[in-house]
Amino acid sequence: MSALPLTVPEANSQWNLPARGPVAMYCLIAAEAAIFTIFVVAYIFYIGKSLTGPQPRNVLRVPIFFTVCLLSSSLTIHFAVKLLRSGRLRSFALWWLLTIALGAAFLAGTASEWRHLIYDEGLTIQTNLFGTTYYSLVGLHAFHVTVGLLALGTVAIFALLGYVKQEHAGRAEVLSMYWHFVDVVWIVVFIVVYIVGR
Amino acid sequence: MSTQSIAWPKSEVGSRPLAERLHEWVTTVDHKRLGILYILYALLLLLVGGAEAAILRIQLIRPLYNFVSPQVFNRMFTMHGTTMIFFVAMPVLFGFANYLIPLMIGARDMAFPRLNAFSFWMTAFGGMLLYFSFVGGDGLYGAGNAPDVGWFAYAPLTAQTFSRGHSTDFWILSLLVSGFGSIGTAINIIATVLCMRCPGMTLGKMPLLAWLNLVMAALVILAVSPLTAAQVMLLVDRYLGGHFFDTQAGGSAVMWMHFFWIFGHPEVYVLVIPAFAFASEIIPVFSRKAIFGYPIMVAATVCIGFISMSVWAHHMFTVGMSSAANTFFVLSTMAIAVPTGIKIFNWLATMWGGQIDFKTPMLFCVAFLFQFLIAGLTGIMLGAAPFNWQLGNSYFVIAHFHYVIVGGILFTLFGAFYYWFPKMSGRMYNETLGKLHFWLFVVGFHLTFDFMHIPGILGMPRRIYTYEPGRGWDIWNLIVTIGVFFQAAGVLVFIVNLLWSRRRGKIAGRDPWDAWTLEWSLPSPPPAYNFATIPEVRSRRPLWDLKHPEDPDWQYE
Repeated sequence: MSALPLTVPEANSQWNLPARGPVAMYCLIAAEAAIFTIFVVAYIFYIGKSLTGPQPRNVLRVPIFFTVCLLSSSLTIHFAVKLLRSGRLRSFALWWLLTIALGAAFLAGTASEWRHLIYDEGLTIQTNLFGTTYYSLVGLHAFHVTVGLLALGTVAIFALLGYVKQEHAGRAEVLSMYWHFVDVVWIVVFIVVYIVGR
Repeated sequence: MSTQSIAWPKSEVGSRPLAERLHEWVTTVDHKRLGILYILYALLLLLVGGAEAAILRIQLIRPLYNFVSPQVFNRMFTMHGTTMIFFVAMPVLFGFANYLIPLMIGARDMAFPRLNAFSFWMTAFGGMLLYFSFVGGDGLYGAGNAPDVGWFAYAPLTAQTFSRGHSTDFWILSLLVSGFGSIGTAINIIATVLCMRCPGMTLGKMPLLAWLNLVMAALVILAVSPLTAAQVMLLVDRYLGGHFFDTQAGGSAVMWMHFFWIFGHPEVYVLVIPAFAFASEIIPVFSRKAIFGYPIMVAATVCIGFISMSVWAHHMFTVGMSSAANTFFVLSTMAIAVPTGIKIFNWLATMWGGQIDFKTPMLFCVAFLFQFLIAGLTGIMLGAAPFNWQLGNSYFVIAHFHYVIVGGILFTLFGAFYYWFPKMSGRMYNETLGKLHFWLFVVGFHLTFDFMHIPGILGMPRRIYTYEPGRGWDIWNLIVTIGVFFQAAGVLVFIVNLLWSRRRGKIAGRDPWDAWTLEWSLPSPPPAYNFATIPEVRSRRPLWDLKHPEDPDWQYE
């Protein structure tokens, strides 16, 4: 026995604290949001300040299809977590894999967009301020999608091997919070880059 | 109160081979060990950063002196600033937070022990990267070894064109890496404080140290992240040929200033709020009174946290902003004096009418009160834009912020060292040596930083390598440098005291200060699991309730 017995009569028998997983994820999201804010501010500040071309209005095409892919993946991961919570493991794995497919499709969309910009339009990160800010901001987001896909993929492997059980729903939910955040960031990036910036 | 003696397995630890014990420390995820690792790491770099400061001051001891070359001088002030902020102040405060928060809130560890270890080693790795630049910074360019761009590294000096070699890259990477560590620790602190409190410890009954560190952690998350983003931009500029801060391609150098100070000013509060936390724990115990105005203290801290995020551009008055921006940042800077003043009055009111016991920790905290007040007053002077145009970038600024960091933060930190040393080591420090340290350091501090204001007012700019005689700066610089030796002697006494007391000090027991927070209910040092039974609390001073069942706090709170 090592601690003094610090129990007082009539102490709280009801003692509920928030779970640490979601709290930590909210903190991480706050930190990430601050990072994205700085990049978004830089992007907005430098709109129209490029000294040479190409300018956004000449080369950017609005990626509506891939945006729909990414945003609907938020919906599918939500359903997946819900299914896991109610113990329907097979349907969970299906929706989870669909989420990964949608995320991967979005990433492929970014890749093809970059390919077009680099090879057809000659826009690289060195070309002008637009290139620097565009590739940094969209690249930072794509990096976060990639990290998310790796995490989702890890869970998918465990799910296919049969390790993911109903009691892991809380953890899957923490991961889904990150994924929702990545989607929300895309809405901001989309508005700034493809609507305001053009 | 039970006084059972506890069989702490000392002999078992002592008998194991050194390699095994070291391995235990390297692989540990125990918050107490990680806290001590943070503290030791910071102490080591405190000596290094202090030596760099001494080199700077010896160079400036008299006009036209050539103690070191101008290049070395530039490297020294860069390394001194970077080391002291990122690898001394932050790690040592994280160390105390790590060690104390779980003990104070009745938890067995931090919320994420492995994240905790990861964060410490990232910070440690960051410091190693910074100091590796002495070896690797030359690159293939022969361009000088350590970073020499100043601790805030203004663009375009950091562009490839002007900073050849890798020294600036080491600076960027070390801050990036240690920044990840800081964010990890901040997430951990918030999760610990919110999710790990023992039964009965509502937010309103937490020790102030836990509250203030919660605010500090929130500030770290919101302040260090922008720095991380800015460092990534700088890397893009330097390695991928980007143009964020490249004025020739339309980029903006002022943008870097904004991004840096969006980090840089909250950072001051990241450092000073834990210092407030130490004062808020030490002053009540040595005044034998509960803290005055607990809810107001919490509210003022949260308020400081919010305001501190809207004052950053007062570092940039001399850059030439619009008058609207100047006005805004003057007013927000003045506004922050209000909650800070509330805190000072609360500490004074805590001491008022108390039975004050001037042990070493209390001495340091009392000195902190006076010095932090003066630092705040010169802060108000510099916060007024017209005054700032006159004194910006002069030694007056240097004197001001060292008054904050040394006179405010370092003094309470020394107080915290003496106050919690018995808990961490199990032994008392030597009171005579502690007092000697205090007086040497007080004399040295005031010699150095009081008199440093004067050459600033007389127009001596910061970061100059040397100066002409006969400008009226000579005698002041001499006095300033003499003060450094007193401070160095004080720190030496401090280190000797720690080392000596660690082995020979009196056995401290659980509660040498008759204090009131949960960590003093545990043996010193606490066992790895902290609490055998998780305590339950009903007031802000659980040990008071235990010692005075006839008059417990929870009847009044």
